[in-house]
Amino acid sequence: MKRTPLQSAILHTLLVLAVLLVCAPVIMAFIISSQTETEVLSYPPKLTFSSNWGYNYSTAWNRINLGRMMFNSAFIAIMVTIGKIIMSLLAAFAFTHFEFRGKQTLFFLIIVTLLLPVPVRIVALFDVVSKFGWINTYAGLIAPFLASATGTFLFIQRFKTVPTELIDASKMDGCRPMQYFFKILLPLTKSTIGALVVIEFIYVWNQYLWPLMATNSDKMRVVQIGIKMLMNAESSNNWGVIMAGVIMTMLPPLIVFFVLQESFMRGFALQSDK
Amino acid sequence: MNKSAFPNKYLPYVLLIPTFVILVVFLFYPAVETFRLSFYKVNPFSGAARFAGLYNFKNLFTNPAYLKSFFRSAVFAVGVVLVGLVLSLLLALLLNQKVKGAQVYRSLLIWPYALSPAIAGALFNFMFNPANGLMGYFTGIRTWLTHGNTALFVIILAAMWKNLGYNIVFYLTALRNIPTDALEAASIDGAGPIKRFFFITFTFLSPMTFFLLVMNTIYAYFASFGLIDVLTEGGPAGATNILIYQLYRDFFVNSRVGYAAAESLMLFMLVVLLTIVQFKTTERKVYYQ
Repeated sequence: MKRTPLQSAILHTLLVLAVLLVCAPVIMAFIISSQTETEVLSYPPKLTFSSNWGYNYSTAWNRINLGRMMFNSAFIAIMVTIGKIIMSLLAAFAFTHFEFRGKQTLFFLIIVTLLLPVPVRIVALFDVVSKFGWINTYAGLIAPFLASATGTFLFIQRFKTVPTELIDASKMDGCRPMQYFFKILLPLTKSTIGALVVIEFIYVWNQYLWPLMATNSDKMRVVQIGIKMLMNAESSNNWGVIMAGVIMTMLPPLIVFFVLQESFMRGFALQSDK
Repeated sequence: MNKSAFPNKYLPYVLLIPTFVILVVFLFYPAVETFRLSFYKVNPFSGAARFAGLYNFKNLFTNPAYLKSFFRSAVFAVGVVLVGLVLSLLLALLLNQKVKGAQVYRSLLIWPYALSPAIAGALFNFMFNPANGLMGYFTGIRTWLTHGNTALFVIILAAMWKNLGYNIVFYLTALRNIPTDALEAASIDGAGPIKRFFFITFTFLSPMTFFLLVMNTIYAYFASFGLIDVLTEGGPAGATNILIYQLYRDFFVNSRVGYAAAESLMLFMLVVLLTIVQFKTTERKVYYQ
């Protein structure tokens, strides 16, 4: 089926329109983050770039100690992502390459965790973390999220597609299980790991409810809470400063997303392979 | 998973220890304990708990604020799911056409996946703010966030927008997995593009649609907390006070432990219900957060 030039022109127009519509709120935020307070408050609204970048971005950065929050969010997101990937890899390896007593039950228990998002257990989770003395600590923000059904399932699916000949061959070479895991399996799992990095980094960076409850000192706050704090601090609603803060806090997950986009898409595609 | 590749008695357990330590301490124990507390009256100062049967649940369902929140959450979820799925399917169909620069268009349409609900809240707060919001200017209506129903509409719009990328990724994957011979056969039989879409494409997409239906409902009920907190704080007059926001306030602000635990249990039942629906409707099982 070949398209006529008119048909493909229509298609491109529709796609460009869709992109503009979807990106509009962020484009607008970017424009506003360049404007002075007077320009932001002008009516009718001014929709062109101005030159107040320096003031807006530095004010947003300093007013709420955004640097510290960026560090907190990044540290937590990186630690959870690494921890989750290691744990899920090991668990998936156990489920796919070994027979052992209680395997079915343990696998079932991992499925059950899908029924237990944070709000379902929040009352006692808060209590546990308080009793550990982990309020306002990195441990309290990291540890509860280290185990993941998502990751375990993704890796199980990936491991199942690895030809069994590889196991036999490596056993002939005298490979022990963990050697096989590190030398053969792991290199074959790169794009799944990439997909999981995207999913988990974004998930943790964007968390709101748990960090709001598990921290109360300015030193331990994360960027998502920072957005709200910035909106409250800028009581005159100087949206230029607020939007500058919004743009800065959205950058790290966006960078992760764009850098690993291909393995993210491949990781997904692999999920629903025919 | 039937034959053991490696005959090793202890290694699999060792491999599973880290995962299960975390699961027991931070998932299973807190869940069971929360459910237990939902049947107790807990003193907010001493923490002493006394068994109270269904007392908390009775309170819950005779509290007009909770019932209202229950209803508003349902409207919110239905809005997010319906509008979100229709729009993202249309966009995925558009992206699935063979055009120059398809990859670039794809990136530009799915990247809001990386944004947080709180950021969506801040962006829509600005767009709809009564003083100088763009939407106020373009529509001539400045009261978007000060009237209950329009405020609910705005949070639906914001939550739906933020999740478009996620849905598009899944729909695109499903579209690519539709066997082309089925479409070709239909086209040889004289089925036009519209007929082909409804009879072939739509049928093949239905498992994915059910999956996304469940995931988006869970997203609307659980993940939209940050959005609400930044955009409306549950207001005006409780119009956008969805269940998760009510739970946060009852537990964290008002320290009503048993009562909040009962609310958690209600949310748990919702997840169980959704999961049953999903297992019943799809053979193919896919899991994501």
